[in-house]
Amino acid sequence: MNALRSSWWLHLLLLAIALVFPVVFSSPFMVNFGVLALFYAFIGQSWNIAGGFAGQLSFGHVAFFGVGAYASTMVQMRLGWNPWLGLPVSALAGAAAGWLIAVLSFRAGLKGSYFALITLAFAEVFRIISNSVEITGGGLGMLIPMKQSMANFQFGDRRIFYFIILALTAASVLLALWLKASRFGARLAAIRENEDSARALGIDIFVEKTKIMMISGAIAGVGGCFFAQYFLYIDPTIAFGVDKSVEMLLVSMIGGAGTVYGPLIGAVLLAAISEVTRAWFTIQGLSLVLYGALLVVIIAFLPNGLIDLFKRRGQRPGRS
Amino acid sequence: MDPTILAAAAINGLLMGGIYTLVASGLTLIYGVLHIINFAHGSMLMLAMFGVYFLLTKLSIDPYLALFVMVPAMYGLGYLLYRHMIGRLSLGRDENILLITLGLSILIENLALLFFKGDSRTVSLPYSDKMIELGPLLLGVPKVISFVAAMVLCAMLGLFINRTDTGKAIRAVAKERMGARLVGIDVDRIFAVSFGIGLATLGAAACLLMPIFYVSPSSGHVFVIVAFTVVVLGGMGSFLGAVIGGLIVGLTESFGGLFLGESLGQIGISLIFILILLFKPSGLFGDKR
Repeated sequence: MNALRSSWWLHLLLLAIALVFPVVFSSPFMVNFGVLALFYAFIGQSWNIAGGFAGQLSFGHVAFFGVGAYASTMVQMRLGWNPWLGLPVSALAGAAAGWLIAVLSFRAGLKGSYFALITLAFAEVFRIISNSVEITGGGLGMLIPMKQSMANFQFGDRRIFYFIILALTAASVLLALWLKASRFGARLAAIRENEDSARALGIDIFVEKTKIMMISGAIAGVGGCFFAQYFLYIDPTIAFGVDKSVEMLLVSMIGGAGTVYGPLIGAVLLAAISEVTRAWFTIQGLSLVLYGALLVVIIAFLPNGLIDLFKRRGQRPGRS
Repeated sequence: MDPTILAAAAINGLLMGGIYTLVASGLTLIYGVLHIINFAHGSMLMLAMFGVYFLLTKLSIDPYLALFVMVPAMYGLGYLLYRHMIGRLSLGRDENILLITLGLSILIENLALLFFKGDSRTVSLPYSDKMIELGPLLLGVPKVISFVAAMVLCAMLGLFINRTDTGKAIRAVAKERMGARLVGIDVDRIFAVSFGIGLATLGAAACLLMPIFYVSPSSGHVFVIVAFTVVVLGGMGSFLGAVIGGLIVGLTESFGGLFLGESLGQIGISLIFILILLFKPSGLFGDKR
């Protein structure tokens, strides 16, 4: 682990590969694959810093994603703001949603499975509201009109999207690296391992957990803004459906929750499995069958995720 | 508003609530005994509903007769699933079990999508459109049958838990694992039996639901939130709570649809769920844990 963290050359190598990827593989299929993999890594990292680093398992993380997607699209469509402003707006909206859910749930003392279930219910409430009121476009959703220009966050060359999501993902990795090394991250780890002991150490667990939910919510919110601009469409099921919550969790759990690179590994795998099964088998559902099976196997045999496979070689004596 | 419409909504809500009770009683039993939150409960129900659907379409077995097939089949599935999978993996943190059952639900749901495709299916039976007149109200015969059967099955489950030796053993394990083991109860078998019974209630619920509802691979989603709401509202592990909770949730759904409309009306169940967790997590009849 330490070797992996302190090895700056590995970061450079990963970044170099990521930068060269769209130049070498410039077909729309491959660029789209790259965008999706990075997008999953980004929203997976959002889940990871709350669920993995701080142990606040959420089944409804899509709530933040959807709030960000709707907030940025609504200021663009209803108020006529420039879509680039959607990025900070979605971050604020995601953080606000994170604050709301965190304050309510943590004040009530919910943790573990109960917290997971209540986040699911919040996402469902948001979905129903966005489906029922006028201003969100109701069940029809919102279609962002096509107008390609740099100022309008729409690009003829899809690779620009790739570089944007790459920058966002790189920032999220830096954040995760900082969390690993900082005192804040250490306090979160203490909370994850044992809340009572953490409290006994003088950690204000309510404040720390609320902070991390806001940060995580902001990241997922930005993911929602990117998603809306990339596909130019959102509706209640896309923005608040259970599927995306599950994908965020899977990406992180399968790669390795609580690790910096886990979501990247999980995301590349998820994108690869879903694109390959779609392209070669054209069967609905197959990719998630594989992913569901993978989740069960991983929790049973590799509880720290696929990243363990990489770590173990360097660190021969078994895990403590 | 016209009192007839209100009465009709109330009765329809109660009729549906009876089936929710049955679904939730399995979930609450599994939680009460094993302390497992079975997230796959909804998708297991969906699986059972497909079972009922195919028994009818391929073998022309009436859904209500299918009870005698589905209940033992689901019991067996639950028993084996616990013995060979969940039991082995359930030693870790409770979040891990939640994740295992989540993985299981993803697996089941998408296998169903793979084999049965995404469209919803309904069945039509000779008695599908029959109505009972109750004063000014018209009640669908299948709904009434399903409700009565659900209540009878819940009562039978209650009697089983309270009166039989196995039931006593289940209660003993739920109360005090170690003590139960010390007096010679095979705790692992009781775990598997409880999980089996939990799924058997789904087998029964599927038979009662199929004549009045549709099934599609995503049907599980609909019932997951409903079942958890009933259980949390009634109090995790409480049977009486499941009955009352089921009826309240049924009424909420029905009145929500009536007053708030098709779309916004669904919000009631999720709101109850959130409010109960926030303000009274032990539910109406739960133990203070």
